[in-house]
Amino acid sequence: MNAESSNTRSFRLPKGWIDIGGRLIALLVVFVFFASMIPDGRFYGLRNLENLLRQSAVYGTAGLGMTLVIITAGIDLSVGSMIALSVVTVAWVLNIGAGAEAATVGGNEAAYFITQHPVLAPIAACAAAILIATLAGLVNGSLIVWMRLVPFIVTLGTMGVFRGLAKGIAHERDIYPPDAGWVGRIMDPVLTAKTGSWMLLPTGVWILIAGVVVTSFLLGYTRLGRHIYAVGSNEETAWLCGVKVGRVKLIVYSLCGFFCGLAGLMQFSYIGIGQPTTGDKYELFAIAAVIIGGASFNGGEGSAFGTLIGALTITVLYAGGQQMGWSKWVQEMVIGAIIIIAVALDRLRHLRWKSTN
Amino acid sequence: MSDVAQAAVKPGVARLEMRGIRKSFGATHALKGVSLSVAPGEVVALVGENGAGKSTLMKVLSGAHVPDEGQMFLDGTEYAPRDPLHARALGVAMIYQELALAPHLSVMENILLGIEPHRGPLMNWPEMRTRAGQALAQVGMDDVDVAVPVRSLSIAQQQLVEIARAVACECRVLVLDEPTSSLTQHDIEKLFALIRRLVTRGISVVYISHVLEEVQEISTRFVVLRDGESVGSGGTEGTPVERIIALMVGRDVGELYPRSARSPGEILLEIKDLAGIGKPLQASLQLRRGEVLGIAGLVGAGRTELLRAIFGLDPVRNGEIRVAQYSGPATPNRRWAQRVGMVSEDRKTQGLALGLSIADNITLPRLEGFGPWPIVFPSRQRQACRPWIEKIPIKCAGASQRVVTLSGGNQQKVAIARLLHADVDVLLLDEPTRGIDVGSKAQIYQLIDELARRGRAILMVSSYLPELLGVCDRIAVMSRGRLSETRARTDWDEHQLMATATGQENR
Repeated sequence: MNAESSNTRSFRLPKGWIDIGGRLIALLVVFVFFASMIPDGRFYGLRNLENLLRQSAVYGTAGLGMTLVIITAGIDLSVGSMIALSVVTVAWVLNIGAGAEAATVGGNEAAYFITQHPVLAPIAACAAAILIATLAGLVNGSLIVWMRLVPFIVTLGTMGVFRGLAKGIAHERDIYPPDAGWVGRIMDPVLTAKTGSWMLLPTGVWILIAGVVVTSFLLGYTRLGRHIYAVGSNEETAWLCGVKVGRVKLIVYSLCGFFCGLAGLMQFSYIGIGQPTTGDKYELFAIAAVIIGGASFNGGEGSAFGTLIGALTITVLYAGGQQMGWSKWVQEMVIGAIIIIAVALDRLRHLRWKSTN
Repeated sequence: MSDVAQAAVKPGVARLEMRGIRKSFGATHALKGVSLSVAPGEVVALVGENGAGKSTLMKVLSGAHVPDEGQMFLDGTEYAPRDPLHARALGVAMIYQELALAPHLSVMENILLGIEPHRGPLMNWPEMRTRAGQALAQVGMDDVDVAVPVRSLSIAQQQLVEIARAVACECRVLVLDEPTSSLTQHDIEKLFALIRRLVTRGISVVYISHVLEEVQEISTRFVVLRDGESVGSGGTEGTPVERIIALMVGRDVGELYPRSARSPGEILLEIKDLAGIGKPLQASLQLRRGEVLGIAGLVGAGRTELLRAIFGLDPVRNGEIRVAQYSGPATPNRRWAQRVGMVSEDRKTQGLALGLSIADNITLPRLEGFGPWPIVFPSRQRQACRPWIEKIPIKCAGASQRVVTLSGGNQQKVAIARLLHADVDVLLLDEPTRGIDVGSKAQIYQLIDELARRGRAILMVSSYLPELLGVCDRIAVMSRGRLSETRARTDWDEHQLMATATGQENR
């Protein structure tokens, strides 16, 4: 039996790895292209490598949530707005901690407690941001499941609702927290900072890596993960087989909100202020990362690691284009074209797979 | 149309001649030199198991594949279609099992799609109306308004629209691939009458079917394909079905419907005066441990809806469903917990997650015991499926193979293996052998018999009467939403079943 199981493993692994390997090679090709075109080795210097990772963290983390959603054959267009909601919430709570907003929430014991214990402020800020984004995701999921509405329409609507909410919390202005504490430093360079650290990479990058590992495990090795694929591959079959389809979707959209909350923390650390207009069009980058990573809009396909590669590819293209001194319009056209090429190649692969059948 | 087909007839020349067709995909030799000849006005049945090369041969004929070797002639002139459109223009029309119509467009637009009469860039609607009307009249559908959208028609009517399209293109060879798989008995008879009419006008028909009774009824000659070769042919009349089956599978299948001694036990499923939102209107039955109960009836009579209501897929308006000691509202989830499982009629859209692996599909209802909760180790999942793959058996490269790459028969076996893995007591099987090859059918019958012997209860819906009479212990008939009384199979014959199903007999 032992020999047999290793036998099936050697049969199974190649397929997935060829799939991921192909994307990895594409990423490397793009990287080598820029590395050889940009003078003085600036593109493959440590500083730039770390920057690429830092810049991928936001798209990548939001992309993980989007991966889950797209595997269930859904879509979430409110990702950018949920990120903004998270960003604004962090800044808002930090402001309470600093006593600046205390007047507006006067009498609130929690707020008072935080002002008395400044250490808690960043923790409360992160918790609140992740919670509100997760709730936002839950709202998406509830509307989709209980009202039986199409995900595209629901999230198109909540894209506006959440953005408006973010602006409302911030009174349509940027919130400048006096001291962001460690929340403001999770995206700071570590590898190339003067004061070295045992962390090696910025916290935000570690969060992304942990997110990829956890999501991969969730998808590949848990009941929920297998149910997510089943719902995306054929919802009717999943229901017929006793999968609680509604619950799976609720969890998936909530998780998408959760990852947006994390991405929001990173985004906040990046820009340093609670800007309600941030994260505009990020849903599109997240979708692009997921699709370049091998997922299908028809559902049932996709992987966390693929999405990570997709996010890196997009970042390399952007950063490379910028450092080559391409105009903005060229960059945009190139990225657009790459997405189409990636999907076209995937289609080709699928066609071949069908014809050998 | 008739004139064209007739005019093209040259005495002594075959309408269609395929000679030594070879086609390989990589290392697989799908066709190893197949020859086929069809005379004008002849119906030739092409039979063979799934994977025997029928579809490849027909794709070569329709121009979807270019053969590696071999020649084709149409009325004596060389025929080498570039693509299906070209083939159609040359007079070879295909009608596939899955109809290829644009559901939102009108009947006439569908019939004349691609060959619309026009004045410059403008559609010539009056001409279109006339020509579509003529084509419809030729398939005996003159009562249908050519302006209604195709989706408002029944499946049988949609199929006729496809045939009308072929007629409008003045086809000389008409290929029908499993045309009766979604038709009622009545519609099948109408279709056969139409085929006979078309044939008298000189059109040649290649008829592909798994249902050998139909083959015997409609065709004059048969050709059997196996493993990419033609292994036998002959006049259909006077050739017993068993002989054709033996040619198809390459061996004698022995007893097609095995029946071991069964001893029905306690009642596992009881239904009293069940009514759904639409159908069924009224259904009562009792299913015992260790028996196979069949439900006959026409397509659309409410049989599928009955199973769906039992399984909690469709709402129940009235009546009671009792599973062992449980009653009350149902969801599929609850039914699995009560050890009831279902194989749905349409495995492609409902039954299987085609993009996922065999292991995922089989274990989906019971993803337990593959690791500490909530963890599922894929290797253990695959391991759990291995016994079923070997026992049923499912022909595949391994449990991680995607279901979409399996043949229809093997897909169906995966759907049934799911119930075995979940170890259910009550199996609801909706058309378990539809559209699958004879070899797989025999294996499924054998499996059903074994399950019954081992004390499972099986409720089986089928439109194929010999199968019901062969496999079941008792049979009830659904007619327009009402389920007849259940009687022992020995009290029924095909004629009575049909009469009850069509409501001609109310005893």
